[in-house]
This record gives sequence, C-alpha cells and structure tokens, in this order.
Amino acid sequence: MAVLTTSVRPTDERFAANRDGLRSLLEETDAQVELARQGGGARYLERHRSRGRLTARERIELLIDADSALLELSPLAAWGTEFHVGASLVTGIGVVSGVECVLTASDPTVRGGSINPYTLRKNLRALEIARVNRLPIVNLVESGGADLPTQGELFVPAGRIFHDLTELSGLGIPSIALVFGNSTAGGAYVPGMCDYAVMVDQHAKVFLGGPPLVKMATGEESNDEELGGASMHSRVSGLCDYFARDEHDAIRLGRQIVASLNWRKLGPGPSRSADEPLFDPEELLGIAPVDLRVPFDPREVLARVVDGSRFDEYKANYGTSLVTGWASIHGYPVGVLANAQGVLFMDEAKKATEFIMLANQTDTPLVFLQNTTGYMVGRDYEQAGIIKDGAKMINAVTNSTVPHLTVMMGASYGAGNYGMCGRAYGPRFLFSWPNAKMAVMGPEQLAGVLSIVARQSALAAGRPFDEAADTAQREAVEAQIERESHAFFNAARLYDDGIIDPRDTRTVLGVALSAVHSNVVEGRRGYGVFRM
Amino acid sequence: MIRRLLVANRAEIAERVIRTARARGTETVAVFSDVDAQLPYVAAADAAVRLAGASATDTYLRSDLLVDAALRMGADAVHPGYGFLSERAEFAKACVHAGLTFVGPPAAVIESMGSKIEAKRLMRAAGVPVLEGVTVADGAVTDDVATLADKVGYPLLVKATFGGGGRGMRVVEARGGLADAVAAASREAEAAFGSGEVFLERLVVAPRHVEVQVIGDVHGTVVHLFERECSIQRRHQKLLEESPSPGITSATRDAMCDAAVAAARAIGYVNAGTVEFVVGADEQFFFLEVNTRLQVEHPVTELVTGLDLVELQLQVAEGLALSDEVTAARTRGHAIEARLYAEDPDDEYLPSSGRLERFEIPRSEGVRVDAGYATGTVVGTDYDAMLAKVIAWAPTRLGAARRLAAALRGARLHGVTTNRDLLVGVLADDEFEAGGTDTAFLERHPPHTLCSAARDPDDELYCVVAAIWQRLEDRPRSPQPSGIPVAWRNVGPASQPKTFVLRGTEHVVDISGAHGARRLTLDDRPIEFGRVEVTATTADAVLDGRTVRASIERVGETIYVDGTFGSVALTIVPRLGVPAIEEAPGSLHAPLPGAVRRVAVSPDDVVAEGDTLMILEAMKMEHAIRAPRDGIVSSVLVADGDQVDRGAILAVVTAPELEAT
Repeated sequence: MAVLTTSVRPTDERFAANRDGLRSLLEETDAQVELARQGGGARYLERHRSRGRLTARERIELLIDADSALLELSPLAAWGTEFHVGASLVTGIGVVSGVECVLTASDPTVRGGSINPYTLRKNLRALEIARVNRLPIVNLVESGGADLPTQGELFVPAGRIFHDLTELSGLGIPSIALVFGNSTAGGAYVPGMCDYAVMVDQHAKVFLGGPPLVKMATGEESNDEELGGASMHSRVSGLCDYFARDEHDAIRLGRQIVASLNWRKLGPGPSRSADEPLFDPEELLGIAPVDLRVPFDPREVLARVVDGSRFDEYKANYGTSLVTGWASIHGYPVGVLANAQGVLFMDEAKKATEFIMLANQTDTPLVFLQNTTGYMVGRDYEQAGIIKDGAKMINAVTNSTVPHLTVMMGASYGAGNYGMCGRAYGPRFLFSWPNAKMAVMGPEQLAGVLSIVARQSALAAGRPFDEAADTAQREAVEAQIERESHAFFNAARLYDDGIIDPRDTRTVLGVALSAVHSNVVEGRRGYGVFRM
Repeated sequence: MIRRLLVANRAEIAERVIRTARARGTETVAVFSDVDAQLPYVAAADAAVRLAGASATDTYLRSDLLVDAALRMGADAVHPGYGFLSERAEFAKACVHAGLTFVGPPAAVIESMGSKIEAKRLMRAAGVPVLEGVTVADGAVTDDVATLADKVGYPLLVKATFGGGGRGMRVVEARGGLADAVAAASREAEAAFGSGEVFLERLVVAPRHVEVQVIGDVHGTVVHLFERECSIQRRHQKLLEESPSPGITSATRDAMCDAAVAAARAIGYVNAGTVEFVVGADEQFFFLEVNTRLQVEHPVTELVTGLDLVELQLQVAEGLALSDEVTAARTRGHAIEARLYAEDPDDEYLPSSGRLERFEIPRSEGVRVDAGYATGTVVGTDYDAMLAKVIAWAPTRLGAARRLAAALRGARLHGVTTNRDLLVGVLADDEFEAGGTDTAFLERHPPHTLCSAARDPDDELYCVVAAIWQRLEDRPRSPQPSGIPVAWRNVGPASQPKTFVLRGTEHVVDISGAHGARRLTLDDRPIEFGRVEVTATTADAVLDGRTVRASIERVGETIYVDGTFGSVALTIVPRLGVPAIEEAPGSLHAPLPGAVRRVAVSPDDVVAEGDTLMILEAMKMEHAIRAPRDGIVSSVLVADGDQVDRGAILAVVTAPELEAT
C-alpha cells in the first residue's frame, strides 16, 4: 500500500500557533470535563461516601476489566444549560468480563441522580449505541427519578427508556441493571425491563410508590424495605435475580452475569497489520487550524491516525476537494472520506457517492473526516445540477449500511454536514475535536445573508435602510451563531458523542471500530456500483 | 558383583543412588508410590515398580513389597537410602533371606545400634564417652523413674528408643514437666516406630552436633572420612551441614575420629555409617548414636574428600576391600550443604504443599544440587518436605558459604513456600561467618530476622514491578485491538489501583495519566520512574532512583518476582473481594495440611477452653487442635485418618450461650 509522507514542520510558526490554540481549547474542555467528574461537588460527594457508597465512576472502574480502555460518551451533555454539566449520568463503552458493553451510571451526587431532559437524551443515545452496535448494556442505577420541575419536557419522551431497554432484549441484546440505591416510580421499570437485575442489600429501593404515596393512595402503612428492598425482591417478588450483600458484591455479580452471556461478536476481527502510524500523533495539535478559514490537508491527519500511515487513495486526481481512499485503523479496514478544501463540488459529490457504494460492496466501514463549508453555490453550479449531485451523495450516505464513524475536525456547515454523515445521518459514533464548529453556515455568512435580505426587503418596500441598526444586528447575529456553532454547544445537545483530544483520534476510532464489529458488518446490496 | 540394584527409597536420595549406579554400569530399579509416579527419579531408573498407595506405611515401609519388587525385577541387591527402612534390621534380614545383597551393615549391627540403650552400652564398653540415661518402657513415669531422672539431671531430653529424626523427642526443663513429656513422646514413638519405649538423657546446653563418617569393609578395615558439623537445626531437624566443623580444634577432631573408628570396630561395623557426637563448649564430646546408613548430609564429605560414598557402599557390598584412596583419604577445602524444605519459617515452619510451578536452582561452579523434585511435580503431605539439597564447595568456608548463598538466592521456587530465605539469612549471618554454629543458633536468631536479611531491602518496589508487568503482560483477554493503550481513558485518569499482599501486608500501586504525564504511587507515595522494560517473563526498571531487575511469573493468584537481591511472592488482592463461604461461627480450621489423628470428641460433648479435640499430624509433627473457648461441640467434620487441606473445617464448637438461644 501507498505510504503517506508529511510536510508538517513542528518548528513552523503556524504550527506553533495552531498547537497553542488547540491546547487552550483542550484546557477549556478539560476544565468542563472536570466539573462533570466532580459531580454534585465536595459536600454531596462526602455525604454520599459517608453512606458507604461508591461514586458512579468508581462503580464503573470496578465493573470494567483491569487495565482495559474506557470510552466515556457525551461527558459535556447539558453544558451551558441550567443543569449540571454531564447531565447527572455517566455513559460509555467499556469491557466487562471480556465483553464490550455500553455502560450507564447515574450520578447520585447530582440532585440525587435525577433525570432531566439532557439526561434523557444522553440515556437514549447510549441505548441507541447499544442497539445499533449490538452491545450488551449494563445500567448502574441510583436515581431519584424524574426532575419534576421539567416533567413537561420529560414525561412523555422518557417512556422511551423502558421501550428501548426491552426492545434490546427482543433483539437479543442483553440488558443488566445493578441497583445501588433509589430506583423508584418510573425508575423501577429499569430493573423491571432489564433481563437481569441485581440489588444491593439495604441500599436498593425499587418500588412504584414509596410509603407516603402508598399512604395517600390506599391508607396502607408500609416501609421502604417491604415495598422495595433487595431482600424482598429476591425472596418475594422475584424482581431481583441476584441478591448482593454490598456494592462490591453487586459489581462482582454484574461481571459474573456478563461472563456468562457467552457473548460473541458477529463482525470480523482486525485483519490488517495494526502498526502505529509513522508520524507522531502529538503533531495533530499543530495541524488543525483554530481559524477555520485556513484549509489543511487531511492526509496529514491520516498520516497520524491510520495503521503504518498507509493510505491507498481512490480517484486522487478527480474531485480533489474531497480525499477518498482505503486504509486500516488498529487492523480494521476502513474507507475514508475527508474534506480537503472545504467546499464540495459536483465531482466531489459523485466521487463520494461511488466510493460509498464501493465500501458497501465490500462491507467496509467508512470514516468521515469533516471539515466542510458545504456544497458549492453559484449560477454555474446550480445550472450544472449541484443539487442532483449533492442529492446522490446524501442518498448514498443515507442508504449505506456499513458502519459510519464521523470525526468533526473543523468546519461543518450547510448540507456538507449531511453529506459527510452528520448527526442526522446516523453515524454509529460521532466525535468532535475541540476546534470544530457546526452550523447551517458560518457566522459571518449567516449575518451577511440576513443583512442582504433585509436590505433588499427595505429596498423593495421603499423603506430607508438603517445602516447602524444593521451593523448592530449583524454583530449580534454573528455572536449568536458563533456561540451556537461552538463545539461545547453541540456537545451539550448530544449532537456528537463527545469532544476528543485530536491526539486520541486513532485510539477513539479503534475503540469505536471494535464496538461496531460487535454487530454484523454488511453493506447495502441490490444495484451494482453506479459509475457517476 | 552387583548387576541390578533396587533402590528402596524415593525422591532425592533415590536419584542420588541411581546416578552413581548408572555411572558404574549397574542397572537400577526404582520403586514409587502412587503420589510419586511423576518424580524425576522414577524416570532416571532403568525400570520402576509401583507400590500401591500413598502413605509411607502402605508403600516405602512395606518390607515385603520391596523384596518382592526386587525379586520380580531380577535385582540382586537393595540400597535402602536413608529414612524409611534403612535402619530396620528386619528389612536387612528379609533382603538377605531372599538372597539379595543389602547395601548396608549386617542386620545384627543395625539391631544393636537401633536400640539407643544397647548402643550406649556397647560404646561405653569400647571406651567412647557417653551421656547417662534412663529407659521408660511404657510411657508411665513412676517414682523410681523420676528419681533416676534426677540422677541424669535437668534439663533432660526424652527420646524414642527406636527412632530418629526428631520424632518422639521432648525437652524437659524440670521434674514437673517430666510425666507429660514422656507420655507425649511415648505416644508419638508408638505411632511412628511401633514401640512406645523412650529414654531420658542429659541435655548438653547450646551444644554442637558433630558426626564422623566411618566406613568398614568385610575384611575388617574400618576408617573414618572426617567429620561433619550439623548444628544448625530447627526442632531437631538439620538445616545446614558442613565439613570440616568450624567449632572444634584439630586435637578434638582427631580424638573424635579415633573414637568413632574405635566404636565402629567394637561393633564390627561394615559399610558406611555415622557416629554422632554432641560437643560442649569445652570440646568435651559424648556419643549420641550411630546411624547405620548413608546420611542425608553425606555430600559434604564427598565434596571435601573427593570420594563417592555410594560407590564405596556398593564396592563394600560387593566384598571389595577399601582402596588406598579411602584409607588414606584427606580433606580439601570446605563444603556446606543446605536443605531446602517446603515449609514457612515465618509461620512456625508450617509445611507447604502444592505443585512446583517452577523449580530451578542454578548450577554454578562448585555447586552441587541433589534434588528430588522438578518443575511441574507435586509436593504432597505424605512424606518429608525436603525438596532438594544444595551443596557448595570452595577452598575456604566463607567461599563455600558465598557460593551456596548465591545458588539459593538465584533459585526460582514457585508454587510452594520454602525455607530458602532462612538458609540464605543464616549463610549471610555474622555469627555463622564466625563459626558460632551451636544447636541454639536458630533460637538466638529468630527466623524472621534471618529471612529479612536475605531480602532486597526495599522489595516493596517489587509490587510496583508486578503492577507494571500486569498492566502490560497480564491483562485480561480483551475483545478490543491490542494496540489500544493500557487503561486508556478519554475522560480523566483511570483509577484502578492494584493491591498485593507481601508478607502479610497490603501494598497498593496506582498508575494513572496519559500523554507523557504518567503518575505512579506506592501506598500513596509517589514513585519516580525512569526506564521501564517489560517482557512476558522479565522486568527491568529504574524505580525511585534504583534499578529493579527481576524475572516474573504468575501462578494462579500469586505473582513471583525473582529479583537480583531477593525473591517475593505477591498475592493478588481481588478488586471486588472474594465472596466468603458461609460457615458456622466457632468453626475450627486446619492450620496446615495433614492427617487427622485421635479425634477425642464427638458432637454434643461439652469442652473447656484449651481441651485437645484432635491431633493433626503433618510432616513429623503433631498439632493439637484445641477448643478456643468453653462450649459444646456442635459438629465434628473429620474422622481419624482423614487427610485434610490447610483451612479445612475440622469441627465446630459453639458457645453455650449461643446454643441456648
């Protein structure tokens, strides 16, 4: 295979500027992640510990195999909202007893682990990842249930949690609930809908209505243990399958259950030599410009991500604004589509369409490296049918059935976001570098468009145009779009699965590729590959 | 001429005899019990015969089976080795009766030396100095016996009349302890040797144990092959033996050797034997006993004289006269032998059993290894726990000690606990170096102190090495690509500390961080680390500013780290704990693997604190299982003769108040 070379010079001024810019973005990200990790803060943490309980992340660390990798998902969910960053839930992909699983763990130090609209989105995304990738799910439950003030946004869609859990079961994907504490009212259906339920003695509380509610409803006097204790559910109701003496015992039982699943991945294992890239991944920090107007060569990224920096480029001299080709990551063969000059023209769209079909023909997963400002506009392009060509590409992406993994390396504007497999196109995983921006178009363009439209409207109506107001308006709009296209903003809304350190790109893709191969990897069949 | 030799013994000594026989062209037949089938000596022999069963009484102590085996395989001679039947006159007789040559002295000599009283009488008559003693036939101490004991004087020693090896032996400090000691010794003697007769003798305080190797041929020639000192003992079990003795003058040596030859001549001794003496600080020596066989520690004599004692035994048995080489033997340099036992000196010398996952002792210049076991073989509880003898020779005593210590230190002994550290500790001790090797050496130097001297001074760092090794080489099977970094996290550092137990203390190693900012702590203390190179079997690291080089192996839940300055066995503490087996309160556990003897209680018996409920016999020792409190025996889970593993529940004693509720 062809081996990539590099023209990156770490001594370059621009390289240094990029690196410094990315470092400061990473520091900002780390600061937010740290807030999420601290959960409800020192006071709540102490109270939690004083009750002899482990934190959500401690539970996960004990649940997963020693020295195995853990890919946490959506750590910045709910960032910048009225809710605590992280959305009182930890989700991720970890290895339990030799099986890759989706893990969810409520963080009881944040408002008792209660569920807000962002928690719900994060939880549903974890369930989706379990479903599409055929990964068993382990739920580490200790949640006070719905955040009642937001029930209006929550109540109706939250039913989906239980729906998805039991749907997994129907699809042959095992679900496990380890109940460490409260799991009441609606939450009681989590162990209820899971295939396996483990409950911790004296801590687990699983009932539809607690003593006060029961008293109000029927006048009956009751206590927590008889309504929903681990002992009762183990001996009487049968809702609990494994009685745990303490938290460690529950985690041990969880590991034991997973070990007994006899789980086999359905996709092929790595088949290529998984040697490290020839070039230092550290240099990725200096490659992606913080100023998104400056294009960069995605081959420089590939040279630091793919196995042995080997890349067989497809249609290298055609539609050169999009780089396509074959490579492997951690031994898994992949097809790569990466924006080179941002804009997608007709040739690029057609090239992408063919390439996606080729990958489907050979059941090869696709990796999309986004840095796009969208499809080309202009008279010539419209007349030449840019819409039809863009539609081909979006059609191909949509109907492709091989796993897609998307990484936002920079800009993601306009329909380019769709054609390059943005969130709405169901990539199995989507991660962003901290410098990534995502919006319908760039802030300046958007503000400019609004301004032109307003000017035309004033002209048509014969109204005078207020230049000062327009300037102020443009600035305001620009600021708003800038804010809304920020990586944190998108991460907060689950528009990606997390912001990653560019240097971790190879590892993240390796973990993700391994996870997607838990399911069958099969391309779309029917027609042959159309020569566009 | 002996054409085909049956070796009526097992393990190390069987292999030793076979080695010489093979070298001289004599064919060999081994015998093996069911638990010994895999030991190397069985394969080393030209042929081998199974002795059905496991216990010594069913196998190696069965004179009839051994003679049958010899006849069946067409052997013309029998070598008894040491222990087992080697000093049983009946066995020698049975061999001769069956037309087999017995490689040892005549039955009559064995018989006369087998009775310590008779032996003493003969020695006294031959002018050899003896300690006076009193015989107690039936284990009962009458007033007469007590009076006679006073004449012997305290402290005195109670010994089995027909026995050896420390069995049926008790020290009595004063008259008050006499009756109990005699009763216990008599009972042990009865069980072990078939006779409960014991005798009492004066105990020489802080004595040395020096013995003289003698050999006589059928033509009346008897010579000595110099002395061995075997004073370093634990519970009357020799641990280290050397020649020459560092504790006597050459005048004493000459006198002892002459006395030994006189003694042997007096009884018409033929073949190899050993005359044992006890030597006081004033170099006065007294006859102890004659061992009418090859001694465990014979290699030290071989290394200083250059003679092959087994070869000489066979020549004598063939009727040959002792050659000039023997009669004019001289010693050269110094030799020390260490007995490597499967036992824990840090824990009351409790025997250890199990599979030897690795058993490697480096062969280097001047070092000889007589081993009975090999990697992959199993150390059981049926026989003596000696794994091997390591013997070193050098021109000087200190040279021999250094070579021996180096060989022991370099040994890789995985799967069972051994006394290696104790042996190394003794060899490195100043008093040992100065020759202060009386039999109280191990009382003055507690095993714990000696063992720690044999260790790397900061071997806690071995926990760090083990943790690093586990991360890189001992990870659980993963469904993810192997190139994914160990313990990788995209959010925050990993927190999966590893806990190991080193000599009863837990140590926690935590490794975290990424992108060149790794952090390593040992029990919350940051450990600076430099180069770390790890392979599947080794580690080479700079930790805390010093090198740590080691070979590493995991066996079950134990990681063995064999470092340049010491070896450790680290027990992995499971992250989630092990679910405890539900057991009744008041359960009594076996402190060591062994055989249950004399169950003295049955369910519903009322017992008082300290009452002996049963005896657990293991490795020549009787361990009393006592009631931990006043109470009622609610169940007895074992019966006489049962073999139990360490930790097995033997009985349950409930407190009366518990019973009442």
